[in-house]
Amino acid sequence: MIGAIIFVVVFISSFAFFTFKILKIRRNILLGQNVNLSGNKGERLKTMLMVAFGQSKMTARPVPFILHFFIYAAFIITQIELIEIVIDGATDHHRSIWHIVEGSFLGSIYTFTINFIEILSVLAFVATILFLSRRNIIRLARFQKPEMKGWPSRDANLILFGEITLVTCIMLMNSSDVALQTMGVFQRTDTLLVSSQLAKLWEGVSMDNLMLMERIGWWGHMLGILGFMVYLPFSKHFHIFLAFPNTYFSNLKPKGQLTNLSAVTAEVKLMLDPNADPYAVPAPDPNAAPVKFGAKDVHDLTWKNLMDAYSCTECGRCTSECPANITGKKLSPRKIMMDTRDRLEVVGKNIDKHGKDHKDGKSLLGDYITEEELWACTSCNACVQACPVNINPLEVIIELRRDLIMEQSKAPSSINTMLNNIQNNGAPWQFSPMDRANWAQEMNT
Amino acid sequence: MSTTPIKVPTMAALAAAGETADILFWVGCAGSFDDRAKKVTKAVVKILHHVGLKYAILGTEESCTGDPAKRAGNEFYFQMQALQNIQVLNMYGVKKIVAACPHCFNTLKNEYPELGGTYEVVHHSQLLQQLMDEGKLKVAGGSFKGKKITYHDPCYLGRANGVYEAPRDVISKLDAELTEMKRSKAKGLCCGAGGAQMFKEAEKGNKEVNVERAEEAMGTNPDIIAVGCPFCNTMLTDGVKHFEKEATVKVYDMAELIAQANEL
Ligand code: SF4
Ligand code: SF4
Repeated sequence: MIGAIIFVVVFISSFAFFTFKILKIRRNILLGQNVNLSGNKGERLKTMLMVAFGQSKMTARPVPFILHFFIYAAFIITQIELIEIVIDGATDHHRSIWHIVEGSFLGSIYTFTINFIEILSVLAFVATILFLSRRNIIRLARFQKPEMKGWPSRDANLILFGEITLVTCIMLMNSSDVALQTMGVFQRTDTLLVSSQLAKLWEGVSMDNLMLMERIGWWGHMLGILGFMVYLPFSKHFHIFLAFPNTYFSNLKPKGQLTNLSAVTAEVKLMLDPNADPYAVPAPDPNAAPVKFGAKDVHDLTWKNLMDAYSCTECGRCTSECPANITGKKLSPRKIMMDTRDRLEVVGKNIDKHGKDHKDGKSLLGDYITEEELWACTSCNACVQACPVNINPLEVIIELRRDLIMEQSKAPSSINTMLNNIQNNGAPWQFSPMDRANWAQEMNT
Repeated sequence: MSTTPIKVPTMAALAAAGETADILFWVGCAGSFDDRAKKVTKAVVKILHHVGLKYAILGTEESCTGDPAKRAGNEFYFQMQALQNIQVLNMYGVKKIVAACPHCFNTLKNEYPELGGTYEVVHHSQLLQQLMDEGKLKVAGGSFKGKKITYHDPCYLGRANGVYEAPRDVISKLDAELTEMKRSKAKGLCCGAGGAQMFKEAEKGNKEVNVERAEEAMGTNPDIIAVGCPFCNTMLTDGVKHFEKEATVKVYDMAELIAQANEL
């Protein structure tokens, strides 16, 4: 009885806390500029099913794809067993579903599901060990970049150890359960493939100890799952939720297409048309916020950019394919996304503490991301292509460059020369526009 | 190579004669001014002339598409260019455009429509493929037979617009052996020029991007590195020079290969 009460309290408060954090993250994401990504529902759904649910972009790297898939599948399917675990906890029963379905057709489905979970759990266990060694023993390059120092590496390892604990607990629970079944304490289930093997280890263990082990397994698993949920919003593992909306709202246009700033179009049209009547344009609303070009801080980015930032898995696929990063430049598209998220978290905390209009004198551009990083980008889209959850670091880079150039007039001098040439002679180099077709003359002789 | 003079028609001249062209050849800044790229421009014109397409150029009325300004972050300069170009293009009633530069191709195709300039835009690899499929362009002669060619995907043709097969199709018609680099198609490595990098010094690092890419290309032991972009052309030519291999490994645009194979 006490157990059930403790369980229900812990369960409800974990969910409450999780919801509270999700709402905070949602509020932070909505600090971004509005973009309308509502159309093309069919294509969006398809992208989400392929990329997030079907993990299609993960297949580009087969080894981590398979390992990740074991963990992913085990995670999803374990939720079924969780239903019974929760019912048991709240009602102080043991295998409450099995009690109902035993002997019927549903009973065989039950056994099949539990066995499926057991096998996937073992595979996930192996995958987790391999993932840990890829990070800490083999030390794959993409996990050792500067932006991974400290918390991001600890976060990744923590979760992997958490997964090991979860699988260990569920196996401990099931195997001591099986051992107790042979003693006639618990109602018999059909054969559980993995735990019946493990149960052999417990030969000679007393019934009391087995009961204790079963409880430790049950509580460990339950608390582990709830702890995982509470921890998620603080971790890159939040991607397990955001991957779905984030891929749903993927960019469906060609990757090479950048947005056109409509505020600029109005001004340029006025400049180009000598007959345009400047008074035909409505007088500017004195209360309207001044038009800003590009992004200096997180709230200048779109909500999709901000959702991208919270969806980042920190896998580094983007960075490992980035030509700038490969050749030793400071730019790392993963860092661009992590900085965006970290800055947004700080901005969100400031709002919580000091209210909506608080300024801390810092900004994403300058205090987090440097000009040197931005100017190293070739806009090649390798990062966008590589990202398994369709994040677009290039869009953030271009928005920050727009602020640098259009708001702060800060550019390497060679870029300024190029821009002046374009304006003065319609080519990025200093050639006379009248010589543009000289090559054609050469062909005519 | 033949040196028959070709008079390249301009839209203005055609309009004055009361005619129009079926397709506009957008030459681009590199194709107009850069000595290496001008050779590609001429190869494209020779092919257009050879197959008898009714084409024209804008000549001195063409101006930078604004791509480098936009990628550098200067939307003003980009839209100034775009709106002026669109005015000219619409004035001549242009319907179809072929560009020999993936940057021009991408900008014209994707970024001009919203500003009032909607055209059917193709990259020259797509036009060549179409001409070959229709039997209008045959690749005669076996001057490339048995040669090893590796193809470098330009970012703005490949990833940016998903055109991977047309260039390979065109090159495969040369009877040559097309070898792929490890990083190709969607995983192709940039030459290092995009995003306005072409016009500035690289940021501090431990290697130049074009050297990294040229090294990979040469790893396939090619006779020829085929490209489809004037900037990739410059970058990879420099990369090959870096390894002092320019005598044995040539960098050519696919238009040059097709023109040469046809002895144009
Ligand atoms: S688009 Fe920029 S950041 Fe992304 S991979 Fe290319 S160079 Fe790196
Ligand atoms: S942006 Fe995408 S590819 Fe890059 S680290 Fe994040 S999840 Fe991985």
